[in-house]
Amino acid sequence: MNRMQQSVDSTQAIAESDAIAVERTLAGDRDAYRVLVERHSHNVFRLAYRMTGNRHDAEEVVQEAFLRGYQKLGQFAARSNFGTWVYRIAANYAIDRMRRRQKEDARREAPRTDGKDGMEDDPLNRVKDEAPTPERLTQSIELRKQMEHALAALSEAERTAFVMRHWEGCGIEEIAAVLKSSSNATKNTVFRAVQKLRIALQPFVETRAQARAMGTES
Amino acid sequence: MKHVTEEELIAYRERVAEQRSMISEHLAACKECRQELERIEAVLEALDSLPVPDPGADYGRQVWKEIAPRLTVKPERWWQVWLEPRRLAAAGAVLALIVAAFVAGRVTNRGGTGDNVASKEQVRERVLVVAVGEHLGHSERMLVELSNAAPNDPKQREVNISAEQRRAEDLLQENRLYRQTALQEGDAGLASVLDELERVLLDVAHSPDQVTPAQLEAIQKKIEARGILFKVRVVNKELQQRQEASEPAPSQNDSTKRKRSNI
Repeated sequence: MNRMQQSVDSTQAIAESDAIAVERTLAGDRDAYRVLVERHSHNVFRLAYRMTGNRHDAEEVVQEAFLRGYQKLGQFAARSNFGTWVYRIAANYAIDRMRRRQKEDARREAPRTDGKDGMEDDPLNRVKDEAPTPERLTQSIELRKQMEHALAALSEAERTAFVMRHWEGCGIEEIAAVLKSSSNATKNTVFRAVQKLRIALQPFVETRAQARAMGTES
Repeated sequence: MKHVTEEELIAYRERVAEQRSMISEHLAACKECRQELERIEAVLEALDSLPVPDPGADYGRQVWKEIAPRLTVKPERWWQVWLEPRRLAAAGAVLALIVAAFVAGRVTNRGGTGDNVASKEQVRERVLVVAVGEHLGHSERMLVELSNAAPNDPKQREVNISAEQRRAEDLLQENRLYRQTALQEGDAGLASVLDELERVLLDVAHSPDQVTPAQLEAIQKKIEARGILFKVRVVNKELQQRQEASEPAPSQNDSTKRKRSNI
């Protein structure tokens, strides 16, 4: 049996086992839900961390996703995949949380948003302004900071689309369902996200590549 | 040679391109586009190096420990959800409207003369007017309560609007039925106000259970900006006038005679 076949079989076995756990939970066996929580927590955490960008928020998202999943379990269609379903709940909650965080941040930063030269306060501009010296650029940690800044500068829809597509390999239809958008609009959102990341990061990535080529970075 | 656009290259790299084979063929022949794709890939590969912290092998158990005490209410199957008293009440109201309209049609249809057909329409309209009037009254009360909601304490970080949210969900179901009926009856004005009301109800129904004072203010501003409360009041008043105007003059028809004979 090849590896791909094994992987498909294993996914099917998990889905079947999930369906049994869902049925038992609905029949009143609360501990059956524990199996689902323990099985899917890591995946949901990875998604939540990539979407929120910090561990504390990611842990909150994971807990809330499983709580909401439990409350809405009756609406879960048995033929669906529980992992995908709870994943979607987590993505929706992470979006709400990011939106709330952005609004709070915007309120706090309100007095500073009116630039002296009247330029729009685009977070990507801030990334450029905070560009470190070429020496420091050679350090991976600086690139990492830039990447975190660039990801944080994406809108919540762009970040969600990018995380779900690029890192989590979700289908466009699935992402569109989370974003409550059409497939074409979702594809555009993925494009905008990558384009913005590229604008923000390409100079740093190229500088690091040059430094590597010259042997100045270990 | 026409080059592949940045959008197409990104779609190709993220495996969402529609003309994948065409782009592959072009890339095989075009060095410039290949280099452009490599630049995009370099950025994406750098992003792939961003670490995700390992929450630990027993993370699943930790999550369960955190949430288990909060899993107090037993989850319900979808059909059990529909048997909740509040949903049953909403469904009952809708059923009552349908039955009333049906009975009204049967009663007034006897004889089948032109006058009776007109009367049947009038009775149906009266039933709709009464039911919609009641629905608008309930919606108005819910919106007024939501518009006046405020944190009990200035330091309170979140306000619970779950009661209004549940009422909005119920009203939403009724509203859809009345809007469709109004459209079928050719009452475009009423259908338009119900459509606007539906959007507001949808917003409220889809809000989180707990909202921050800022979120609450945003909802209240939205209600105010749409002027929906005013419109609901005006339409409700008009419906009351229509109801009064369409009240049948006392006449000795069969049904009233029968009623009187029962007293």
